Amino acid sequence: MRLELKGITKKFGDFTANDQIDLVAESGEIHCLLGENGAGKSTLMNVLYGLYQADGGEVILDGKPTKFAGPGEAMKAGIGMVHQHFMLIPVFTVAENVILGHEPTKPLGFLDVEKARELVREISSRFGFDIDPDAVVGDLPVGVQQRVEIIKALISDAQVLIFDEPTAVLTPQETDELMEIMRQLKDEGKAIVFITHKLREVKEVADKITVIRLGKVVGQAKPSDTTEQLASMMVGREVDLSVNKDPANLGEASFQVQNLTAFSPSGNKVLDDVSFEVQRGEIFVIAGVQGNGQTELAESILGIQDKVSGSIKLEGKELLGKSVKKVLDSGVGFVPEDRTEDGLVADFTIAENLMLDRSDRPPFAKGIQLQLKNLHEFAGQKLKSFDIRARSIFSKANQLSGGNQQKVVLARELSRDLKLLIASQPTRGLDVGSIEFVHEQIVAARDSGIPVVIIATELDEATQLGDRVAVMYKGKIVGVVSPDTQREELGKLMAGISA
Amino acid sequence: MKQSKKTPIALIVLLLAASLIVPNVGGEQLEVQIATRTDLFPIPNIILPSQGFATVMLALMLAMTALSVYLTFVRNKKTPLIAVIAFSFGLIMAVLAWLFSGATMTFTTLLAGSLALAVPLIFGSLSGALSERVGIINIAIEGQLLAGAFTSALVASVTDSVLLGILAAMIAGALVASILAVFSIKYLVDQIITGVVINVLIIGLTSFLFSTLLADNISLLNQPPRFERISIPLLGQIPVIGPVLFNQTLIVYLMYLAVAGVFLALFKTRWGLRLRSVGEYPKASDTVGINVFRTRYMSVMIGGALAGLGGSFFTLGQVGAFGKEMTNGAGYIALAALIFGRWNPVYAAMAALLFGFALNLQYALQIVGSPLPSEFLLMLPYVLTVVAVAGLVGKVKGPAAAGKPYVKS
Ligand SMILES: Nc1ncnc2c1ncn2[C@@H]1O[C@H](COP(=O)(O)OP(=O)(O)OP(=O)(O)O)[C@@H](O)[C@H]1O
Ligand SMILES: [Mg+2]
Repeated sequence: MRLELKGITKKFGDFTANDQIDLVAESGEIHCLLGENGAGKSTLMNVLYGLYQADGGEVILDGKPTKFAGPGEAMKAGIGMVHQHFMLIPVFTVAENVILGHEPTKPLGFLDVEKARELVREISSRFGFDIDPDAVVGDLPVGVQQRVEIIKALISDAQVLIFDEPTAVLTPQETDELMEIMRQLKDEGKAIVFITHKLREVKEVADKITVIRLGKVVGQAKPSDTTEQLASMMVGREVDLSVNKDPANLGEASFQVQNLTAFSPSGNKVLDDVSFEVQRGEIFVIAGVQGNGQTELAESILGIQDKVSGSIKLEGKELLGKSVKKVLDSGVGFVPEDRTEDGLVADFTIAENLMLDRSDRPPFAKGIQLQLKNLHEFAGQKLKSFDIRARSIFSKANQLSGGNQQKVVLARELSRDLKLLIASQPTRGLDVGSIEFVHEQIVAARDSGIPVVIIATELDEATQLGDRVAVMYKGKIVGVVSPDTQREELGKLMAGISA
Repeated sequence: MKQSKKTPIALIVLLLAASLIVPNVGGEQLEVQIATRTDLFPIPNIILPSQGFATVMLALMLAMTALSVYLTFVRNKKTPLIAVIAFSFGLIMAVLAWLFSGATMTFTTLLAGSLALAVPLIFGSLSGALSERVGIINIAIEGQLLAGAFTSALVASVTDSVLLGILAAMIAGALVASILAVFSIKYLVDQIITGVVINVLIIGLTSFLFSTLLADNISLLNQPPRFERISIPLLGQIPVIGPVLFNQTLIVYLMYLAVAGVFLALFKTRWGLRLRSVGEYPKASDTVGINVFRTRYMSVMIGGALAGLGGSFFTLGQVGAFGKEMTNGAGYIALAALIFGRWNPVYAAMAALLFGFALNLQYALQIVGSPLPSEFLLMLPYVLTVVAVAGLVGKVKGPAAAGKPYVKS
């Protein structure tokens, strides 16, 4: 199958998100689409998938010009898509989510639940996933939800598969597995379009590379090009891919976690006697494969985790047992792992999202009155300094590209008086240029003399950013090492093999 | 996370209210009549010492409240539903003992009447379920019921056919629902406002037609045939259960079918899965090829048809003629039942039964002559609604996309 996009143009109001884009996906080939946050990659794919209607250009399938009025028609034509933002219904089970739209039924339209489970198990085993078909999706960690999305795309036996940043939420191991799956699909003769910001992945699997910037194709690249070449083509300038920081200027240990133990609602131990201290001026990275208690640790600190015991002290004051508002007010900056779910209000504007938890105090409020002028000034500044690509501060959060949403959360959390910064995967979904910027900001926060806790699944990020690296495994901290520890060593710790 | 303190607080408040009542239970004894004429075998009346019985019920309530306080404040756990049900049982029995003391309480007839009175509430809550599960907030249940009541009276009178009457009621309900659907799906108007406006519109329209049309031609236009009582052989003769469940009118039997049907359709069929997906996350439904708009229109209108059918109860079942604003807020109580029942048709039906019981109690008490003024009794169902929704429901989450229009780019 050969899919050709010719001169695709898509506008939102008077803003052109895609400008005359050409792209070809061919059977047995992995075509990587590279571009900055907001370059228009997802928009292009949504046009291809029939979710958006193009303002110009055409989609040509095996030589025939085609028009998709909706995703249903695209699916029938053999196109499957893994969306950047999960298209999953949180209150449904895995099986229900997977079969939605093409449900196996018994007479009278009754759902064949057994068959649905069977389908999930079958695809899971084909690709080595371990997923309970009856689990409720909202209860699953994001990495597992991503797999559910992949199963969903595969179930209809699509010939063209679009993966829109599927690896942003995956661990390195899961990413390797996904690469393997993509190669497997390619060998089966499928055409694959793959969007990612991780250049290592591009170099590993791409057969062809197209780079877009500001809605236009800027050129083709070769998988053999260096990472630096790819990065500068994407961003349009030289990018420094390593983290620059001075040696840490350490102060007292103002953030202390002691004997933290927590249980999941179903009674499993998710945190097992976790203790650590972070000094002022230090970046303490918690590395580990996702799902080993990092989420629960972050949520315990924030005050939204059930059934926790132990102690969490910031500058001598106990945080455990306090409400989220109190915790935030005491100077904790928090970047959640799931930005769309926990970090932003989708229907609010960028400006509103930027003040969210501070809407009741100066400079944004005086008494009960909002100080809109101050807010708009502040938002304008942040838009510039964080390079948030949006039409204005009044754009709604859900109209931003994925990476730009992440920047809004970061801008809000980093722009208050902080005594502690906790960030879960702060650069998830960001392009190389933005990663450089966010890393600079995090290092600046550290150099301002506060303790910083970063939860990372990327080894490179963990070792480059961290002053110390702790590894979590099955709810325990199994080792705290220096960032120049060998990769293999860290890998072993993360897999639970202690040195 | 801390447990919500709402349940124990609601229980304490109700317990205090009950403890004011119980010492006032006068009269020597309470006679409870369970038997009805059609029973297979006779059952003697039960005679209870009213004060003692009320005290025992108060003790039960006290125990449940203590349990709830202990679980919430000491163990940080949720109060189990069964404790709330036991408490409610105790409360109702204590209140009954107080109200009926010295008289005969015809228990079985009281229940049978409650079921009948719950009919429009249940149909209304089914309409709500179908609508809200697909993402459209349905305040217009009241209008749908009223339109059904009016149309069925008119059509059944003219054609002299109950069946044509309820058919017309269903069409009328669906039409009212289609106004809601078009405004909220196509024109993206706020759904709550649309619903309220529709109710006002239907009240005005039916009242106008009533005065200009029906009032002058009563025998021709507003004297419909009524539902006949149909006793199901054998089942209808089982004591208590028989008269309550199986010696009812056509519309009650239709209601059984509707509750079961809507429940099964929503949770066990492809149709229901798609419908619920649209109510939770329409964009996700769209990406798998489900037509969000069509699904919404269909579901809202089927709901409207059911509410219209329920509306025919007022004219063809209860009163035997149409009267101005005769639904009297039933649509709002149906909405409360829906939320109380957590958007589940079966639970909502049970909640509606509770409200039906409160309604019927008010009638029964007027007959025996109760210690309470009748105006106060009229408040009963509404007070119950407020307490139930505010205190006992706890934190519930409806369909995530309810109230949010879907816009395609
Ligand atoms: N529904 C919408 N309405 C208005 N503007 C939109 C809408 N969707 C996207 N945009 C704008 O179009 C541009 C391209 O967005 P798109 O999501 O395609 O970027 P992307 O390349 O996928 O970025 P990322 O890597 O961050 O995911 C952005 O500037 C975004 O703000
Ligand atoms: Mg994108």
